[in-house]
Amino acid sequence: MKKEEEGSERPDNTAFTQQRLPAWQPILSAGIVIPGFLLIGLAFIGIGIALFLTSQTIQVLERDYTGYEQTSPCFTCSSPSAKNCTCEITFSLDKIFTGPVFFYYGLTNYYQSFRKYGVSKDDNQLFGDTTYFKNPQDSCFPYQRDSNSRPIVPCGALPNSMFNDTFELFHEVNKTKKRVPLDGKGIAWWTDYNIKYRNPSFVNGSLANAFEGTEKPINWPTSAYELDPTDPNNNGFLNQDFLVWMRRAALPQFRKLYRRITEGDYAAGLPAGDYFLTIHYNYPVLNFDGRKMVVFSNVSWMGGKNDFLGIAYLVVGSLCVVMSVVMLIVYAKYKFKEDS
Amino acid sequence: MVNDSQFEVASRNERHFTLSFQCGGDEKRVDSRTIYIGHRPCPGTEAYIPTKFCDNRIVSSKYTVWNFLPKNLFEQFRRIANFYFLIIFLVQVIVDTPTSPVTSGLPLFFVITVTAIKQGYEDWLRHKADYEVNKYQVIVLEDGRSVKKESEKIKVGDVVEVVEDETFPCDLILLQSTREDDTCFVTTASLDGESNHKTHYTVPDTGRELQDLNATIECEQPQPDLYKFVGRMHIYKPEQEPGVRSLGPENLLLKGATLKNTKKIYGVAVYTGMETKMALNYQGKSQKRSAVEKSINGFLLVYLSILISKAVVCTTLKYVWQSKEGQDEPWYNQKTQKEKDTYMYLKMFTDFLSFMVLFNFIIPVSMYVTVEMQKFLGSFFITWDKDFFDPEIQEGALVNTSDLNEELGQVEYVFTDKTGTLTQNNMEFIECCIDGFQYRHKDATSEVDGFTVTDGPADKLHQKAGLEKEELFLRAMCLCHTVQVKESGPEETLLDQVDGIDARLPQLEEERGFIASSPDEVALVKGAMRYGFTFLGLESKCMKIRNRQNDIEEYELLHVLNFDPVRRRMSVIVRTKSGETLLFCKGADSSIFPRVKPEEVDRIRRHVERNATEGYRTLCVAYKQLSAEEYAAADSGLKTARLALQDREEKLMAMYNLVETDMSLIGATAVEDRLQEEAAETMEALQGAGMKIWVLTGDKMETAKSTCYACRLFQRGTELLELTVRTLEDGRSKREDRLIELLRDYHRRAVQDAPPFKEGVTRSWSSANQEYGFIIDGATLSLVMNPARDADASLYRSLFLQICQNCAAVLCCRMAPLQKAQIVKMVKNSKGSPITLSIGDGANDVSMILEAHVGIGIKGKEGRQAVRNSDYAFPKLKHLKKLLLAHGHLYYVRIAHLVQYFFYKNLCFILPQFLYQFFCGYSQQPLYDAAYLTMYNICFTSMPILAFSLLEQHIAMEILLDNAALYRVIAKNAMLRWRPFLYWTVLGIFQGLMFFFGVRFLFSNPALQDNGQVFGNWSFGTIVFTVLVFTVTLKLAMDTRHWTWINHFVIWGSLAFYVFFSFFWGGIIWPFLKQQRLYFVFANMLSSVSAWLVIIILILLSLLPEILLAVLRKPRGPHSRQVTFIALVKRED
Repeated sequence: MKKEEEGSERPDNTAFTQQRLPAWQPILSAGIVIPGFLLIGLAFIGIGIALFLTSQTIQVLERDYTGYEQTSPCFTCSSPSAKNCTCEITFSLDKIFTGPVFFYYGLTNYYQSFRKYGVSKDDNQLFGDTTYFKNPQDSCFPYQRDSNSRPIVPCGALPNSMFNDTFELFHEVNKTKKRVPLDGKGIAWWTDYNIKYRNPSFVNGSLANAFEGTEKPINWPTSAYELDPTDPNNNGFLNQDFLVWMRRAALPQFRKLYRRITEGDYAAGLPAGDYFLTIHYNYPVLNFDGRKMVVFSNVSWMGGKNDFLGIAYLVVGSLCVVMSVVMLIVYAKYKFKEDS
Repeated sequence: MVNDSQFEVASRNERHFTLSFQCGGDEKRVDSRTIYIGHRPCPGTEAYIPTKFCDNRIVSSKYTVWNFLPKNLFEQFRRIANFYFLIIFLVQVIVDTPTSPVTSGLPLFFVITVTAIKQGYEDWLRHKADYEVNKYQVIVLEDGRSVKKESEKIKVGDVVEVVEDETFPCDLILLQSTREDDTCFVTTASLDGESNHKTHYTVPDTGRELQDLNATIECEQPQPDLYKFVGRMHIYKPEQEPGVRSLGPENLLLKGATLKNTKKIYGVAVYTGMETKMALNYQGKSQKRSAVEKSINGFLLVYLSILISKAVVCTTLKYVWQSKEGQDEPWYNQKTQKEKDTYMYLKMFTDFLSFMVLFNFIIPVSMYVTVEMQKFLGSFFITWDKDFFDPEIQEGALVNTSDLNEELGQVEYVFTDKTGTLTQNNMEFIECCIDGFQYRHKDATSEVDGFTVTDGPADKLHQKAGLEKEELFLRAMCLCHTVQVKESGPEETLLDQVDGIDARLPQLEEERGFIASSPDEVALVKGAMRYGFTFLGLESKCMKIRNRQNDIEEYELLHVLNFDPVRRRMSVIVRTKSGETLLFCKGADSSIFPRVKPEEVDRIRRHVERNATEGYRTLCVAYKQLSAEEYAAADSGLKTARLALQDREEKLMAMYNLVETDMSLIGATAVEDRLQEEAAETMEALQGAGMKIWVLTGDKMETAKSTCYACRLFQRGTELLELTVRTLEDGRSKREDRLIELLRDYHRRAVQDAPPFKEGVTRSWSSANQEYGFIIDGATLSLVMNPARDADASLYRSLFLQICQNCAAVLCCRMAPLQKAQIVKMVKNSKGSPITLSIGDGANDVSMILEAHVGIGIKGKEGRQAVRNSDYAFPKLKHLKKLLLAHGHLYYVRIAHLVQYFFYKNLCFILPQFLYQFFCGYSQQPLYDAAYLTMYNICFTSMPILAFSLLEQHIAMEILLDNAALYRVIAKNAMLRWRPFLYWTVLGIFQGLMFFFGVRFLFSNPALQDNGQVFGNWSFGTIVFTVLVFTVTLKLAMDTRHWTWINHFVIWGSLAFYVFFSFFWGGIIWPFLKQQRLYFVFANMLSSVSAWLVIIILILLSLLPEILLAVLRKPRGPHSRQVTFIALVKRED
């Protein structure tokens, strides 16, 4: 009896209760840190050089076509009164622009990151849920219903403001303009196209019927089911351009993928020569002091051209190397002192 | 001479000091209550009106089923942090804010629910306990019949029967006991933890037949002091004058106490239910807050202002930015009509609130939870420590509060009791001096008549005191005490029982157990036994002793003049068989010498002083023969005083003083109290750790001083500055003048002439310079504290404090318990408000234990009062060293790191979100997904820091114990001062900037995949968040010096969990979410080489300054940290 009580009173003698768990006690000593820094530094410099060189090989061609200046070919189109305006910018390549070439459009001072703008959409609609076609979510307001109170599908500011300039690229070959085929597939995330967004199920074999009783977004020239007349699989919410637009940009200055040049004679790239870009100018940006541009770029394993990463690696890498040298000197001094 | 342990006796009376702190208001209640025993009307009183008293129901529970929810919620939201989070939550519900209310509602709900469940469970336990107590069957005498009743139905005036080993159901006045001597024994273990048997007495003259008893009791209204009771019983007998009997605490049986060694008692209920003394003492102890908590609150304010200024900056910038045309409402983001119509200032206000909500995560709910968990779980390590386990008493350490763990690492002043703390309080009779002749008992096992004389020129028999004197002295030793002989059955071992601690008697031919509240008394009685006089016990007011001739002598015990610390003596008045009335008095020399003939003093004084210097506890014994008239006067005086309802104690005191005069001194005793194990080592370690040690004792100066030398508090070279009654009366000048003169002199020597301190973490007083020790006694202290002229008070105090602060050790002797608290308070409130620790074992230390920042009780021999009121308790003084130097140090480092880390990790969490506002048109767009916002503090980064704060040992315990100086490294809240806080804050800002701008520059071209596709805003946030989670976790990993498998598990586990969670969260279309924002964002991020590279470089870059600092700070080899620390401290010395 008494023994039992003793047992219960006496603290357990385990490594845990006595705070004596076996422990690894690392010390950041100079012996580890100096070689470590040196190694990391060298590795970083290596990566930095690779990144920087890769970035340098990426070709980029960027043209502002806002038409802000009078000299700009799109000046006339930039006036708010212009309708169905088309303008053309030209550029020439003196050497081959290695493919695959990616064709981006860019916007500046455009806040896709506005909070209310960002939530102004109805994900249920976009998931093909037709019950929300009749009653779009309140977050879409003021793009929820049109003036006749007919529900807008897709509702909200984000779909409504979809970029709707279109481009055609021509290559001058033997004094004739040869259309460069632009591939609109695979510009949006695979998961967006295949899983996250869904069209409503066809009614009577037609997508258009599913949108019965709904109105197109105010700023759209066509309904969602007519976005791409050339390809029936690229319509509704599963239009690649739409999906690209729906993935909000993080910063007010952004670019989005428009087309890829992967087909035909241009699969290997754009050969040297003169090019004409015909722009169907629809999207107003000047009233909020924005700019529009087109960007041609090829990509590497690191993505598009970005010098920042390479430079950052080089800087940090050299910093590490310098540090290790400094530490070595300090350490040697201390050690020397200690020995004597 | 005052004995510390005799204070224990006294402190029974003293305890109201401490208790009255808690219930001060009650003392004003002057009216009394009248109780009719058995509800029988009494002749001679006005018509019997049954007074309404509260019933005997005990309600210790706080809540009922109905009020639990509102009351508990109200109490929880009274906490400022909870209230803050509630406000944030409400703002989120009401105003259109960027994050859903769930993000702050969920953690708050979690915290509130967990707390509510815990409190609800505790209350349910209380309900259950209450029910058991209230429904307990008791026997009540009603009209001569015994009736079974539920305990809660007892009414005031009921006569209750209690049998052995039962607890009393309410406060009872003892009317009848089955014991022959009309006493009963109780233990109050559940009340004050003292498990010794206490004797209570029946009220005399109540008669055998209780149903015939016609009596009323007049007593004071209920008050919480357990040891105070004043009342009076009027007994009405047919054809007789009503008799009046005084009632005192010795007649009162307290609810909660247990009847022992007595078959059955009857008592009348005087206080019931919530009015019992136990219930009145139920109030919780005052809350002590640790300095760390104050630091947290300071930091909290800083972060709150950071939060508010962030919100203000964003709101202002938003409206500045919007004033530019086209920015406010571009065509693609039209406002609703309602928004346009809203009044602008209202819009600004809601914007401000939205920003507050967006940034509110900077002050995390989880910090409070984690801090509390850390404290709660961390305190187990103290209880579990087997080094604190004492095999002798079979107990380990006890943690009464976990709020103060870290305070143990911050102690600057240690106030220690002497007896029972520095010393063992294990008294052994050493020698006595009878009539100037020394009798030393050399060997405990020697003959009973082993008288040996070691003093004096020759050890001849005739050099001894006269036989008569000798026997008188021994009789005095045998009679003048309150010791009881323990009755024990044949199967029980005979043991001394001194407040629950059993100590085996030295083998004597006759083993005998004594029960006493003071170990000195037992030692004296046993001492007398060695010289042939054995105390046999007290039976019906008759003390029996067996003398050397083996004859039984009987003395009638007439009065006991109890010990109290003011008088510092106690007396008994006995009548011998031959009819002589004798008064025996024993007490401190200072209280006896003035009351005896001066010529007798000189012979004894020399011995007393020599004994005291040797560290023995000395008592003087005096006696006086009372003539019949004298006795009659004393008897009536004492009786009247005892009957007084008001000012009883003052009257008694006056009476005692009157009786105890003109005595003759017959001798002195010396009792040894051995030093505690490793007392000196402990004290040395504490001093080495930079703590100042003050010994506060009720003992006399010489004894205390020798203990101080023995403990190495004073060393050979220490110059003692003495400020005692003796030094004050040295000069011819007046006391006051002499006092200020001495103070000025000491001040000059110890403060002004001392070399100035180096500014730094520690003051080095253990230098080669002269060390000072300071001694002050109680009387002088009260002069210093309350000088004749009030104007001097502050001057005296500041001089006194400055002297004390420059002394290695301070000894305050002859302190009353309240004076101990006074000193602690004075130091506590002095400049720099140093952290104080009081350690003691007796009830007389309770006041200082409660007063100090940290109160420590020793589970010693003087009862459990100190343990009950302490914050921590352990069996031995030597455990203090490990508690402070190892546990305290580690706890402090852990919690300081925890707090700093929490603020840091939330700063660099929220800063990118703040910076992002500049890139989203100040629209309160969150950078991170709601799931990340919510989970960051709860899941991703909580466990590693909790594990760190429980397990970290940046320096091994052994090294901490061996190098006390390491304690000074963290002194003065070193890790939570503004400088380290600033460092952490700057680190957080630096890292936050890195995270955000690193990713922002990467996103200058958002095409980050080799398929040319671009990343959006959620990818941006997820990359920042990934860098963030990894960086803060790796930062902690870098700080971890002690990697147990648990650390490995939680650190790598957290990171793995983050990755797993992100995949999972982004891998499924969640039907309950309105927006599938993170769908495949994480997976896509990982498919981008650039994202990988930016994450790696940002993590490294953020940690780079830390690594550099860590290396440069200690550029030498392994264990450099310890070595550097020690070297650093040594250099300071």
